[in-house]
Amino acid sequence: MCCAVLFFFLLIVQVDGVWPLPQQLDQSADRNSLSPQRFSFTYGRDSAAQTGCSVLDAAFKRYFSIIFPDFTKGSGLLIVKTRGCDGYPDEDSDESYNLSVSEGQAVLRSVTVWGALRGLESFSQLVYQDDYGSYFINKTEIVDFPRFAFRGLLLDTSRHYLPLHAILKTLDAMAYSKFNVFHWHIVDDPSFPYQSRTFPDLSNKGAFHPFTHVYTQSDVMRVIEHARMRGIRVIPEFDSPGHTQSWGKGQPNLLTPCYKGDVPSGSFGPVDPTVDTTYKFMESLLKEVKFVFPDSYVHLGGDEVSFACWQSNPNVRTFMEKMGFGKDFTKLESFYMERTSIVWQDVFDYHERDTVLEIWKGETYQAELSRMTKAGHRVLLSAPWYINHISYGQDWRNSYAVQPQNFSGTEEQKKLVIGGEVAMWGEYVDATNLNPRLWPRACAAAERLWSDEEKTLNADLAFPRLEKFRCELLRRGIQAEPLFVGHCKHEYDGL
Amino acid sequence: MYCLVKFAPLFLAVAVSNGWLFGDFVGKQKVLDEISLWPLPQKFQSSAVAFKLSPTRFQIVQAKQSSAGPSCSILENAFRRYFEYIFGDLKKPEKSRKKVYDSDLVELQVWVTSADPECDGFPSLQTDESYELSVDEPSAVLKAANVWGALRGLETFSQLVYEDDYGVNNINKTDISDFPRFAHRGILLDSYRHFLPLKVILANLEAMAMNKFNVFHWHIVDDHSFPYMSRTFPELSQKGAYHPFTHVYTPSDVKMVIEFARMRGIRVIPEFDTPGHTESWGTGIKDLLTPCYSGSSPSGTFGTVNPILNSSYDFMTQFFKEISTVFPDAYIHLGGDEVDFSCWESNPDIQKFMVQQGFGTDYSKLESFYIQRLLDIVAATKKGYMVWQEVFDNGVKLKDDTVVEVWMENKMEEELQNVTGAGFTTILSAPWYLDYISYGQDWQHYYKVEPLNFPGTDAQKKLVIGGEACLWGEYVDATNLTPRLWPRASAVAERLWSDKSVTDVDNAYNRLVQHRCRMVKRGIPAEPLFVGHCRQEYKGL
Repeated sequence: MCCAVLFFFLLIVQVDGVWPLPQQLDQSADRNSLSPQRFSFTYGRDSAAQTGCSVLDAAFKRYFSIIFPDFTKGSGLLIVKTRGCDGYPDEDSDESYNLSVSEGQAVLRSVTVWGALRGLESFSQLVYQDDYGSYFINKTEIVDFPRFAFRGLLLDTSRHYLPLHAILKTLDAMAYSKFNVFHWHIVDDPSFPYQSRTFPDLSNKGAFHPFTHVYTQSDVMRVIEHARMRGIRVIPEFDSPGHTQSWGKGQPNLLTPCYKGDVPSGSFGPVDPTVDTTYKFMESLLKEVKFVFPDSYVHLGGDEVSFACWQSNPNVRTFMEKMGFGKDFTKLESFYMERTSIVWQDVFDYHERDTVLEIWKGETYQAELSRMTKAGHRVLLSAPWYINHISYGQDWRNSYAVQPQNFSGTEEQKKLVIGGEVAMWGEYVDATNLNPRLWPRACAAAERLWSDEEKTLNADLAFPRLEKFRCELLRRGIQAEPLFVGHCKHEYDGL
Repeated sequence: MYCLVKFAPLFLAVAVSNGWLFGDFVGKQKVLDEISLWPLPQKFQSSAVAFKLSPTRFQIVQAKQSSAGPSCSILENAFRRYFEYIFGDLKKPEKSRKKVYDSDLVELQVWVTSADPECDGFPSLQTDESYELSVDEPSAVLKAANVWGALRGLETFSQLVYEDDYGVNNINKTDISDFPRFAHRGILLDSYRHFLPLKVILANLEAMAMNKFNVFHWHIVDDHSFPYMSRTFPELSQKGAYHPFTHVYTPSDVKMVIEFARMRGIRVIPEFDTPGHTESWGTGIKDLLTPCYSGSSPSGTFGTVNPILNSSYDFMTQFFKEISTVFPDAYIHLGGDEVDFSCWESNPDIQKFMVQQGFGTDYSKLESFYIQRLLDIVAATKKGYMVWQEVFDNGVKLKDDTVVEVWMENKMEEELQNVTGAGFTTILSAPWYLDYISYGQDWQHYYKVEPLNFPGTDAQKKLVIGGEACLWGEYVDATNLTPRLWPRASAVAERLWSDKSVTDVDNAYNRLVQHRCRMVKRGIPAEPLFVGHCRQEYKGL
């Protein structure tokens, strides 16, 4: 009896070894051995993508060495319906795939290259080694697609500068967890590390250091390409009119001068919404952003605007009167946001409906979701996933327990939730501690956003699979911290 | 003029790193004077006169009068280490710096005064770590009774050096007279809940030296695994480690840790916790643990060490004989905490023994019975011991030189009062469990602790010999240990080294920001205190 249980247990460990859990997964105990010398990835004859497809050629190479870490050269068959190897993933990208592993051959079918990438990731997680180091994969059928189209992760490079390699490493780990949006909160009050081609003074004067703490244009391109290769969109955030202290250093007259009584106090508040030069500047900057970042979205922020400085400034008060805003500074803020997003829409020829609202206020997020979707807005949830807030113990369970569509509203309203994102704000985070703080804690949200909620509600059942996945992350060189007492076969080798 | 040269770089560094929030440094130049020293020396005097240090000319040398000569490897190694800390990699050509400045500081003379410099010795609880440092033209002089004080002084000297905007190293005219407030300043790492690779332990010994910690309390084995490879009982790690080859500390690993620590003036105190916390011991040593019973038959599980068998004590005798030779420190930590009685209670043989001994149903008497015998065994090896507070609480008879470690946060003051009232020396770790993380600047809580803040006589207060910052390993391994420990443990370091009056949190913040950047520059991934940046960010990953 004991032996039977043990056998069963072993089986379970191998059957459930994919994170995030695929929508449908059938596995049998029949296993096939994989020979690193003989295994290879090939394009199917009827595949639209063939050799020369940059995204997949690179992915084959990457996944081969992930699966067989000791070998550098490499039968899988891959069939992709449509081409699009040189494009960028977007909101409508079809990430579904079917994977069928049988004797001697595995077939991965997907509509797009992005789906193929997701399938390759699952495939790589199915392969395991026995005690003698031989590679095996069980007979498996997977039908898989994401629950939500937008599965994001936010990094903040303004409060602390993150070196390029830290960002690239994060993109790697994101692909392993099937995240598909990198929300790059690139500038903010403390520093402006984005090196603008139109306004070089923004980083020359606003970055922590004009050479060592900036992202050059080629750095940004590298991030975008690294992300593209992994099916990840890069959405930059240029937050205004608040959160712009660092902008003011390189762009005189952009910020509102605060007053103390009748005289300027020497400090500055949010962007000055009363002068035309502001909007000219924003237009040029956003034009550049559109040119540099291929994604059709940019995050315009608009959060936490403090009105005290506007209130103190006589010009702003005169403007308020002229516009008939009375004392309601939220009207001034809306005026600014409207003009800025009109600028944006002019640039992109976009319509009102394309705005996506991100919900970040913690305690009442269900109510907010209900309210926003009722008004017909599409929403993204990040409120419960501010994982920069650390606490003792297994706090991934809190992230895992979130149910994004669990709010009062109609079916139609629930469809307006297009996804969510994990946020790692940078007050207490830099290159020294970013990775262990992100992984595997972010994996909890990754599964919630990808997998079927019905099948993944029990955190205790998820625990052994996540534990295994974190060891896999370690093996792949991601500095993922432990979930609890225990060990991995390959411990982290760095410092 | 010199004043400008001197203040400009420090001011810039601080203003940029946290200037957008704490920009108001005008009028705080006095503070900036001592800004980057951590922990703060006892007596410190600095003037605005700055000297330049040229990497091609500056040397750290043994003073002529010093009792330590060129054969003193501990100092020679330290000279090289601190030279590298100060000047970094010297691969870049030094064109602009060939010019000799008037104020060039040409050397630091290290003068060890006592007849025995202790070059080949080990630091101990009684070690004198005081030193005097005087920086003036053309030589700086560091005076200490022995090599251990000299090591502390070298660290301070390296912290006094700062780079100006042209990348030139400067040091101000300074006089320092320094000594630690407490003799035992420790870090506890747990290498059994997660195995810590050697590299991680060594890096943290480096960081400890940068913070003037002097005790590495190595909680090396426990319930979950037994990574210590014993010569006498190799089966302990063969069967009790997570993996018998990749997750163990071989005798040469242990030797390396001890020597690496010695070179930095750090004592290594191993902890072998019994009779509880021993699950992993049982897999290698048959009959060591108590078989638990379910009703009248053994349940197949095991509890704490079996205190009624002579074989248990025979094993302990042999085992601790080995430990006493492997670890040179005069103290061994014997644990003795959190003993679970339920297994003893279930076992009929133990029940019988209890009756025989007249213990009734008071199992803490049985625990004391075990501990008492164990203490005698260890005392026979000529070692002193440290124990967790429960051993004292349970009324076990302890040797006079026993160190009792207070770890329970509730009734901490009462416990300190009781332990010292009974005449025992004590160290405090209760307020410094750094494994409990929370959002924000929790280092301030650790910083604000006053160890002597309990009712008691002066004589009692003198018995508090220090404290320890503990990083237990439930959620910590090589991936996150170092950034989680530093700079949070630095707060404890200053509390234990500096004068009682050093309590200004804002001042500490400014210095600690600099200090953490210095650790990052030296390759330690110390996490940020708050928004800002370091001139040299962490490069590893």
